[in-house]
Amino acid sequence: MEAINSRFPKAKRKGNGGEQWRAALFLSPSWLLLLLFFFVPAVLTFYFAFTNMALTGAAAANTQFVGFQNFVNMFQDATFRISVGNTILFLIFSAVIGQQVMGFLIAFLMNGRNRVFRSVVGSIVISGWVAPEVVCAFVWFAFLNDTGTANAFIQSIGFEPIAWLYTFPMVSVIIANVWHGTAFSMMVFQAALGDVPKEVEEAAMIDGASAWQRLIRITIPMISGSVVTNMVLVTLQTLGSFTLIYALTGGGPGNATETLPIYMYHQAFVNYQLGYGTAISLVLLLIGIVASLLYMKLLKVKL
Amino acid sequence: MNRFMVGRVLPYIILSFIALLFLLPMLWLVLASFDGAATLTLKIPEEVTLSNYTSTLASSDNQRSFGNGLLLALGQALLVVAAAGLASYPLSRYQLRYKRPFMYVILFATGLPITAVMVPVYQFFLYMQIQDSLFFTILFLAASALPYSIWMMKNFMDSVPLELEEAAWVDGASIWTTLRLVVAPLMLPGIFTVGIFAFAGSWGNFLVPFILLQSPQKLPAAVTIYQYFGQNGIVQYGKLAAFSIIYTIPAVALYVFGQRFMSQGFSFGGANKG
Repeated sequence: MEAINSRFPKAKRKGNGGEQWRAALFLSPSWLLLLLFFFVPAVLTFYFAFTNMALTGAAAANTQFVGFQNFVNMFQDATFRISVGNTILFLIFSAVIGQQVMGFLIAFLMNGRNRVFRSVVGSIVISGWVAPEVVCAFVWFAFLNDTGTANAFIQSIGFEPIAWLYTFPMVSVIIANVWHGTAFSMMVFQAALGDVPKEVEEAAMIDGASAWQRLIRITIPMISGSVVTNMVLVTLQTLGSFTLIYALTGGGPGNATETLPIYMYHQAFVNYQLGYGTAISLVLLLIGIVASLLYMKLLKVKL
Repeated sequence: MNRFMVGRVLPYIILSFIALLFLLPMLWLVLASFDGAATLTLKIPEEVTLSNYTSTLASSDNQRSFGNGLLLALGQALLVVAAAGLASYPLSRYQLRYKRPFMYVILFATGLPITAVMVPVYQFFLYMQIQDSLFFTILFLAASALPYSIWMMKNFMDSVPLELEEAAWVDGASIWTTLRLVVAPLMLPGIFTVGIFAFAGSWGNFLVPFILLQSPQKLPAAVTIYQYFGQNGIVQYGKLAAFSIIYTIPAVALYVFGQRFMSQGFSFGGANKG
């Protein structure tokens, strides 16, 4: 055994030359792909954001370094300010409050119910999450349309139809995003609630704690780790959210649902201001970096 | 009804109501797809028909857009599984000086929103003159799925016992043979999970092909749906609903199939109670 162990030492050992080479060989496809298509563009963001690169006009032929001009413009740009406000609204109401509260509510109410009932409700909620985002947008485009189901319902109880996507555009995209994203939070909270030992709640019940007290004093504190992790994950997902809003309202009417990703797209691909578009994506990237670092810190990963 | 009964029944009532709200929009899609005269309002079809499906499937434009989607998703998933599978071996088994920083960078990249790099990616593609190419779109999709996939694959590899490998070495098998005949079969659940995640990710992806591809004949189903309902004025809702359902089915099937492999997929939220 000694001899074998010295010839075939355990995994966690000091790497010899051959191993280092083999490791490099095995890692090289991943490295190459990540470097070329992920890190190079990410680093380029830091360069392009300081240029006046454009797809048309003089700046297209002759791209110049313009320093902080894009960022100066950004702060004077009313539409940029509106899109920051919209992004914050969208984040808070669709992700932080909507998906999390709805996800927790469903997971909490489901806990301990009939198995069949649970799986039916779960499947319905998950169906909106599994469906591709464009399909979700189409479904909500139909539901909120002037002649859609929502209006058919409110007319049937005697109200005038509402042009949802024009009258309440932000509310519409928020509801659509809650519908699409809630399943993720629900599943995270289901897993977390499943890990809460029954004994603790039973003990509290015997001590005379009301259902509300048990929820606030015991259940929520015991899953607080999952709540925070989920919050960061959902925030990151929602920050980058483009498809649902773009396909549903295109950022409009006017710029009522123009969030940062949509504004970035409009500047880069509709107004052809690639440099300015990149400056906006740099802002997005920086927010993403902060959230991502926070996420890593919360996970307390063991490597 | 006394307090106790209310406490028992109320959750069922609330949950049923929530489920109904979640169900209604999707129900329209399903019913409209079988309705020859579908409108935007939820209604039971007067005559149930499969004609929306047959005409959607018969259209060569639609076939091409599903084919493109399949090519993008399958190509990307194979690439991701191969690259992440190879990378996970040394990351799990060897002691490497750069392992910690590498894993940190990978985890960090997992969190970054892809949306934030799409404009510079487009500029990079423009500069390299590789825009409007299915092949390079696959490479980008693969790269964007890699951080998460490497992370998952390494965790799966960590749970494969080392003893079997050592036994194979003792019997004189080379590293490559051991990998192929011992490690890979034990890794199958992990490989499937990573593959399914990757496939589903690019099958449902709208933004990446929307930005990187321009030729109509290269666009995948995701972008085609949008073009049908987003811009064109007149829409045949029944056909578009059928198109949407056909496009959604692979995602649902993969989810159902993948669940068997990813029992621990969502426990990461609970795994970190500290």
